Amino acid sequence: MTIKKMRAIPGTTFFDGPMSTKGYPVNKMFFSFNSKEGRDAFVADEEAYMEKFKLNEAQKQCVRDRDVLGLIREGGSIYYLAKIGPILGLNVQDFGGLQTGQTTEEFQAYLDSQGIGKNNG
Amino acid sequence: MAKIVGGIGSSHIPAIGVAMDKGLEDTPYWRDFFQSYVPLRKWFNEVDPDILIIFYNDHGLEMFLDKKPTFAVGTAAEYENADEGWGINPIPPVRGETELSWHIVNELVENDFDPTVCQEIKVDHGLTVPLTLMYPGKDYAKVKVIPICINCERHPMPKLSRSYAFGQQIGRAVESFGGDQKVVVMGTGGLSHQLDGERAGIINTDFDIECLDKMVSDPEALTKYSLEDIVELAGGQGVELNMWMAMRGCLTGKVTEGYRNLIAPISNTAAGIQLLIND
Repeated sequence: MTIKKMRAIPGTTFFDGPMSTKGYPVNKMFFSFNSKEGRDAFVADEEAYMEKFKLNEAQKQCVRDRDVLGLIREGGSIYYLAKIGPILGLNVQDFGGLQTGQTTEEFQAYLDSQGIGKNNG
Repeated sequence: MAKIVGGIGSSHIPAIGVAMDKGLEDTPYWRDFFQSYVPLRKWFNEVDPDILIIFYNDHGLEMFLDKKPTFAVGTAAEYENADEGWGINPIPPVRGETELSWHIVNELVENDFDPTVCQEIKVDHGLTVPLTLMYPGKDYAKVKVIPICINCERHPMPKLSRSYAFGQQIGRAVESFGGDQKVVVMGTGGLSHQLDGERAGIINTDFDIECLDKMVSDPEALTKYSLEDIVELAGGQGVELNMWMAMRGCLTGKVTEGYRNLIAPISNTAAGIQLLIND
């Protein structure tokens, strides 16, 4: 038996069991950013904080490089990963730009191009 | 008997909470979105429900990957919100409804759904943002809330058909609960959006409109879509449609649409707003 693979959809990673196994340490670190203590400790010493959560070297390097796509590849779930955004001053449009090779403004324009229902804006 | 008078579909993204905290409701970016809640609240305030059942997903406040329920029902007398790192001010505690919660749990298990039962959970923006949209003055102390959480973060997740059937069972449970309480159910999240990957930013309003149409007249038609189909059509986080399906399942009477709007982009999402009246 092998574990069921989800459908291949370009540019999309299904966060499934195997990805959850792979990403557990890094997601646990992101989860800790719920607390101000966790956020402050990360900012104070990123390397020590990553070590505390036992990130593997690839995950650590992705954090150092602010490599969002890399973090997804290494098992990060966007729901927890996004919690690093406010610490780095990045919102979800910034994240969108970083992952699609665009500036935040270009990414926002892409969102706007698919827009509907804004009449008073 | 307790009566479900209607269902509401609403977005729940953190950016809405931040906008409310900062008083941005009437800015060009937000005006259309917040204006959509005016007619919704008119109906809601007239109904003045005793109990609010809110289907939401926990994005990593209470439920992490370590112990993650597929379906969870709150049975507490009170629920707290807390810092999630998004910069939203935590809202005051939300009152629970223990009696109906336990009745729902009993009926679910009796009918072959086996949810995780939670006597103490923190509720995240998935619940607090829609609640605050209904009570912008945060005067929700008069309503009792039953949080029902559906896993939307990690596959495998419930199929749309399963969430719909789960909602139907909850609807039947409420309708068999003695008393004259008025109940409103909320399905939160969605609609189309994808936050992660090279495909981040996809919005599909044609599909969202199909979903809103089917919500009214033929929700079972949506159960033909697998979650892989949903990810393909509506983006990775489009799976939050599961909460709308559960909400719709609760409406076991004759359903008519009281209000609808679809606004995009709201942050990275298409925000669906829908009122379904259950006669």
